[in-house]
Amino acid sequence: MAYNTVGQREIRVDAVAKVTGKAKYTADFRERDMLVGKILRSPYAHAWVRQIHSEQARALPGVEAVLTYADVPHLKFSTAGHPYSLDPGHRDKEDRLILTDKARFVGDAVAAVVAESELIAEKALQLIEVEYEPLEVLTSPEAAMREDAPLIHEAKRNILSTFGYEFGDLDQAFAEADRIFEGEYQTSVVQHCQLENQIATAQVDENGRIVITTSTQIPHIVRRIVAQALGIPWGKVRVLKPCIGGGFGNKQDVCVEPLAAAMTLAVGGRPVRLELSREECMIDTRTRHAIKYRIKTGVKRDGKITGIRIEAISNTGAYASHGHSIASSGGGKFRYLYQVDALKYEPVTVYTNLPVAGAMRGYGTPQIFYAFECHMEDIARGLGLDPIALHKMNFVETGFVDPIGKNKVLSCGIRECVDKGREMIKWDQKKKLYKNQSGDKRRGLGMACFSYQSGTHPVNLEIAGARIVLNQDGSVQLQVGATEIGQGSDTVFGQMAAEVLGLPLAMVHVISTQDTDVSPFDTGAYASRQTYISGMAVKKAAEEVKAKILDFVWGMTDTPAGMLDLKGQNVVYKHSGEVLMPLAEVALQTYYDPVFAHPITSDTSSNARVNAMSYGVTFAEVEVDLKTGKVEVLEIYNVHDSGRIINPQLAEGQVHGGVSMGIGYALSEQLLYDEKTGRVLNNNLLDYKLPTIMDTPEIGAAFVELDDPTGPFGVKSLGEPPAITPAPAIRNAVLDATGVAFNRLPMNPQRVFEKLRESGIVG
Amino acid sequence: MFNIAKYDEAGSLDEALAFLSGHPAAKVIAGGTDVLIKMQNGKMGEAELFSIRGLAELTGIKRTADGAIFLGPLTTFAQIAGDPLLQKAIPVLIQAAVSMGGPQIRNIATIGGNICNGAVSADSAPTLLALNAELRLQSAGGERKVPLREFYLGPGKVDLRPGELLIGIIVRPQDYLGYHGHYIKFAMRKAMDIATLGVSVLCRVEAGGVLSGVRIALGVAAPTPVRCPEAEAFAEGKTGSDETLEEIGKLAVRSAKARTSWRASKEYREHLVAELVPRALKEAMRTAGGEEHV
Repeated sequence: MAYNTVGQREIRVDAVAKVTGKAKYTADFRERDMLVGKILRSPYAHAWVRQIHSEQARALPGVEAVLTYADVPHLKFSTAGHPYSLDPGHRDKEDRLILTDKARFVGDAVAAVVAESELIAEKALQLIEVEYEPLEVLTSPEAAMREDAPLIHEAKRNILSTFGYEFGDLDQAFAEADRIFEGEYQTSVVQHCQLENQIATAQVDENGRIVITTSTQIPHIVRRIVAQALGIPWGKVRVLKPCIGGGFGNKQDVCVEPLAAAMTLAVGGRPVRLELSREECMIDTRTRHAIKYRIKTGVKRDGKITGIRIEAISNTGAYASHGHSIASSGGGKFRYLYQVDALKYEPVTVYTNLPVAGAMRGYGTPQIFYAFECHMEDIARGLGLDPIALHKMNFVETGFVDPIGKNKVLSCGIRECVDKGREMIKWDQKKKLYKNQSGDKRRGLGMACFSYQSGTHPVNLEIAGARIVLNQDGSVQLQVGATEIGQGSDTVFGQMAAEVLGLPLAMVHVISTQDTDVSPFDTGAYASRQTYISGMAVKKAAEEVKAKILDFVWGMTDTPAGMLDLKGQNVVYKHSGEVLMPLAEVALQTYYDPVFAHPITSDTSSNARVNAMSYGVTFAEVEVDLKTGKVEVLEIYNVHDSGRIINPQLAEGQVHGGVSMGIGYALSEQLLYDEKTGRVLNNNLLDYKLPTIMDTPEIGAAFVELDDPTGPFGVKSLGEPPAITPAPAIRNAVLDATGVAFNRLPMNPQRVFEKLRESGIVG
Repeated sequence: MFNIAKYDEAGSLDEALAFLSGHPAAKVIAGGTDVLIKMQNGKMGEAELFSIRGLAELTGIKRTADGAIFLGPLTTFAQIAGDPLLQKAIPVLIQAAVSMGGPQIRNIATIGGNICNGAVSADSAPTLLALNAELRLQSAGGERKVPLREFYLGPGKVDLRPGELLIGIIVRPQDYLGYHGHYIKFAMRKAMDIATLGVSVLCRVEAGGVLSGVRIALGVAAPTPVRCPEAEAFAEGKTGSDETLEEIGKLAVRSAKARTSWRASKEYREHLVAELVPRALKEAMRTAGGEEHV
């Protein structure tokens, strides 16, 4: 089908505002005499707070309030940004308080100050004396799972969740196999490092309602959770989300807003700003779960997999956040890549005294696909097969039905992705070329595949809202509940509405700010759901406006709506394309016709009860300096089956960002901590090795565009998928180059060198 | 948050020296890329800052009548990186300068600050050490000259007395004329990073490929930037065969006093010394093949 703006490289609707500095972020919203909030953090990873002496701090001139556990409601709440569930058994784990009486990680918030300035607040923090009763610190899941381990929360054990699945007869599958492969793989703790740290302002308005402006992916969920944490009606809270400087899942969690609200309540409703520094953000927001996997796979001689068992131990840190669902979700998405008769997935998610792990781009899939795609390479080598052949032997086909969720794959382009990537990197030529290398620098190739979902159905509700108003000049306002967080959703929503209404994108005014008082309901930006799920609502709203316009024209001209269409800002005859009248003329009539005036709007909601699977592959070429252990990525390509691409430029941007995140995950990033004390060692951007643009090679992005029948305009997810497979592809390329298998992330120079030396590759 | 109690600015060098003699607690700030980070991290209490940034007389690069290269301490890394005189005379110092931070940092950070901060990871330090650079230090009481090699007293500690300012960095003609150099910054990133190891070498290559005047300096291999006298002595008069270079690398390790931290292990750093010193020398010898020097 030929489209007008869908599929075009339209310039982002917020591009000019952002590059000229006019776009407003939370920190740009200042009120007169705004106060500043600061947090006092525990130096102990595990300790009871026995006494807090805050008299001196309270007495410091300029200090307006000091808050402790005693000053906040004792209502445990969950911070995870999931839709609320009417089923109490399906709700998120409620284990958090605004300020705690028990520190569970180094950096846990035990008190807070509200003062006239940041400096006064800092000085006041230093005047607060806290008496702690330190407890045994548990940093590893193994220690936390000990029978006699101290309990981090009020529970029987330090285990948060063990939700896995099983289908088929695994014993039989292993018995039928010609070969059994086993392997252990381990990922590290990493952090999102989004540009804008967490920040929120809060005040009580003239009607007694709490108004919060915050950098969040999930404004409607923030409203609910703040109200729950404070024990007030949900309608008493209003949340505004202006432009935000990235989230990557870190802002699919409610980190600072409840405390900001408590702060304004403590100072009679005066406006308060609570802003985390980078150093705070890196310890007290969220991280990516470090997960250890043990995998056992049975295969036939030709490479056909008979059965898989995956055991996983996930370190969730001090509070649940999304921890209970991440290991489970990763395992769920994994089921859609390979056709196997028997699969058992046994994850254990464990509390420890480390910073809290939560949602991060890929939501458990970068971990499980790292483990399994490393394992696939090991199997291919063990069988003497090309990994591409092994993958193709086992991929699902269109029509595959998930044995657990019963969801059916209606489009699957993984084979086309692999074929395209193989060409792009010149796999066959280079594989031959690099067969017999010598010298200190060796090159190698690797590949890794993934499957992913578009949204969370049927695990969670997939509700989205959109509203359109037709203006007098024939332009429209588009208002959505889904949040633009840098991923470009406002632009693709604008393109979708423009396509349906026959408008150029410039005639669609996308309202970027979400305000829970005004914006339609949508649970927010996460799960790569916006283009697919919220796009359905946008398309529905636009179609409703279109139908109303054509009905109105019917009334004006006595031409049945069914014979009409909207094209190029005109009402046209469907059969000939001949222009009947300009849209602007109709629009003006809808406002001012003396008899029939009825301005056209739509206000829709879409509850998506479908979920399209997206697929993709990374191909990587590396060069390893054997003598220093340095790995350089020479070429890297990500090929995606994300259905139809609405805006190729934005889609490529998503791939570039995701792949660079994956390269950091593979080679350099790791949040390090002292295993005895739980203290994070490198919570700053000098010591945490996020790659710079100089460390990032040219990234090749490509798409195989197969329309998915369930997606608006045939789209599927793309937001998170690019970050899933770079790490295993790079690991497999390093294995190809050196013959050494690295089963632990990251592959930083010292680690690579040590292992190469241990393996006898270098002296 | 910056806990700044007081902030003063110098109008001239004399004024600055007079101010410092009366305000021994004042903290001198130039580019601020080290001082402000220490303040933000809470590593300094309330500070009285004294800015010397406006002192034009402490900025710039020139060749003096005796052929020495004079670097004003307030010269920024960006100025060093783009300086045509240095490009011809001491290109290895430019290599070191561009390895530091990113463009924004290089636009404001000064070479004098880099030295006076005393960090073992200072990107300019190994190269200036290899160049036998000399520092001119002045106070209201007078001036003294200290070789950079003696200026470093310990981790973060330098021989800068109260009331004293670094007013010049001098590289004598006999220390750069005819020399070829190479700097390797081994770091986890190609920009915006702190060195895991810095290696700077200088050498002359005589007829027949014979090495002379070899100077090897290391950053982050000991509590302060260090030279490698044993390796340098061994290299003198040798041709740069692979075996010789390997031996030079091994001897350089003897001057290293690396320790294990979470950033890197002692063993790995020592291995890097042994590996990267020969690489740097090889590269310096290679450039000796072609380049014209003043």
